[in-house]
Amino acid sequence: MTIYLEFEKPLAEIEGKVEELRALARANPEMDVEKEAAGLQKKAEDMLSQLYGSLTPWRKCQVARHAERPHCRDYIETLFTDYTPLAGDRNFAEDNAVLGGLARINGRSVMVIGHEKGSDTKSRIEHNFGMARPEGYRKAIRLMDLADRFGIPVITLVDTPGAYPGKGAEERGQSEAIARSTEKCLSLKVPLISVVIGEGGSGGAVAFATANRVAMLEHSIYSVISPEGCASILWKDAEKMREAAEALRLTAQDLNELGIIDKIIKEPLGGAHRDPKTAIKAVGAAIEKMLDDLSGQTGEEVRNNRRKKFLAMGAKGLAA
Amino acid sequence: MNWISNYVRPTINSLFSRREVPENLWTKCGECGTMLFHRELADNQNVCTNCNHHMAITPRDRFTALFDSGIFTEVKVPTPIDDPLKFRDQKKYVDRMKASQKSTGEKEAMLVAEGEIFRTPIVAAAQDFSFMGGSMSMYVGNAIIAAAERAVELGRPLVLFSAAGGARMQEGILSLMQMPRTTIAVDMLKEAGLPYIVVLTHPTTGGVTASYAMLGDVHIAEPNALICFAGPRVIEQTIREKLPEGFQRAEYLLDHGMLDRVTPRGKQKEELAQIIRMLMGMDAVVAADLPAPAEQPAKAE
Repeated sequence: MTIYLEFEKPLAEIEGKVEELRALARANPEMDVEKEAAGLQKKAEDMLSQLYGSLTPWRKCQVARHAERPHCRDYIETLFTDYTPLAGDRNFAEDNAVLGGLARINGRSVMVIGHEKGSDTKSRIEHNFGMARPEGYRKAIRLMDLADRFGIPVITLVDTPGAYPGKGAEERGQSEAIARSTEKCLSLKVPLISVVIGEGGSGGAVAFATANRVAMLEHSIYSVISPEGCASILWKDAEKMREAAEALRLTAQDLNELGIIDKIIKEPLGGAHRDPKTAIKAVGAAIEKMLDDLSGQTGEEVRNNRRKKFLAMGAKGLAA
Repeated sequence: MNWISNYVRPTINSLFSRREVPENLWTKCGECGTMLFHRELADNQNVCTNCNHHMAITPRDRFTALFDSGIFTEVKVPTPIDDPLKFRDQKKYVDRMKASQKSTGEKEAMLVAEGEIFRTPIVAAAQDFSFMGGSMSMYVGNAIIAAAERAVELGRPLVLFSAAGGARMQEGILSLMQMPRTTIAVDMLKEAGLPYIVVLTHPTTGGVTASYAMLGDVHIAEPNALICFAGPRVIEQTIREKLPEGFQRAEYLLDHGMLDRVTPRGKQKEELAQIIRMLMGMDAVVAADLPAPAEQPAKAE
């Protein structure tokens, strides 16, 4: 069953009717409903393309967080072969909010690391809703370091509401872990490619996305703070998240315009959750293209170019 | 901390202040309630003379107390463009900026300077919590990069005093991108083999803690400073339990291995000079800031 977002309610009604009609036809084969159903279907598709062609920033947030949106695990399972998960930060624990390991993409060895949100109640709890603890970042640092030493490119898939705000996470140095992870990203002499597949939540995202190339799915978001958090601080009213989402300029389109990201990956009509296979394939193609783009650079160049790119951000304001 | 200092003195002081003393001459300690005369407070670098509570101090006042004879030279910081997102919440960002500039007399939330502490040449950067909560803007990013570049140019260590609520939301993603930018600044110092010392002051939180404030070679904090990634209120809402006493305060972080030292403001200058001189292979500090003794002639065998 499709989960509809609030703004998709009119769509849900039409699609529900189509379903009903078709169910009716199945029960009574003599009834001819196809014409009517097809008409409604067409109407639904038009509505879908209209809705998704002009999503407001807040609606984009909702799509980016959609429960049925493909998550990190879906991408890893579909795009990579020989995926060999590697676990643990060698200090304290394994953090299931971060998946990572060696894998091949079209035969090429890579290190893939990403936030996993989980897809049902049980797995969401297991993965802590994609909110990493310090161990998650320290595991990522360890894997990036391993990749660096063996000359293997790193691919990160970003999908997190943010780093976990918990007592233990703070006690074990959440800030330090994030800072070190960003530092590690910047030190790598192998290409680092990052794709924001859903939510790019603040420092928890930066720790993985300080990359040579950053791509975002069409309806993903990347922000300094969640619209709800921003609204409650600046508007003193968490219900003003629509205004906050607007003001923060957090959509892939805004970030592309601001020169923060390098590429927008188109999603299938109605968002990645309506056709995960197509969305995943598009991400795979984008990753390979970006890997190819970087393959001519030496280790020094890869590192220096990444640094230059980030140093320029905000120096004068906006990229040209 | 007894009945007299906790109750009688504040009461008497408050009677006085209510009656005849102009308000701005006296400051009430937020911790113990003692009324402190402005000159006495300034002489003690905004630390309560009664309970040792460390109040906020502006970068300019801090530098005046830190550098030898209060002499320092400002390091120029490149200005980014104003209000890149044309951000507006209940107020326009440009108006908030103007209000902060007016109330602080400063251009932005960070001041960078070069000078000497106990004749030890350093570059220092200090964040201004009174300027929009010290929040990390593009300017703050530029300031830290300028500080690092100047330190590398002069071959000096960088001492950074952090104080911030986090990223500047009004600059959105551009503020967030200051996390990698400032991390590069720290790397510049490391590559040049120069010490980078962070003095974490109250409060240092959010994206600031999760970038340059936690990447120091040495971490010193002011007593009782709140230092965290997520603030206590956010955590209480998440875990739905009361947090332990002193949670996320400097002493708590020291216990949990995130800091090297907790040092009161009045002792920081000496300690910074001592550490820097050892790291930089310089002679020990000459006591009492006297002129350095003349070179001793080599002893005859």
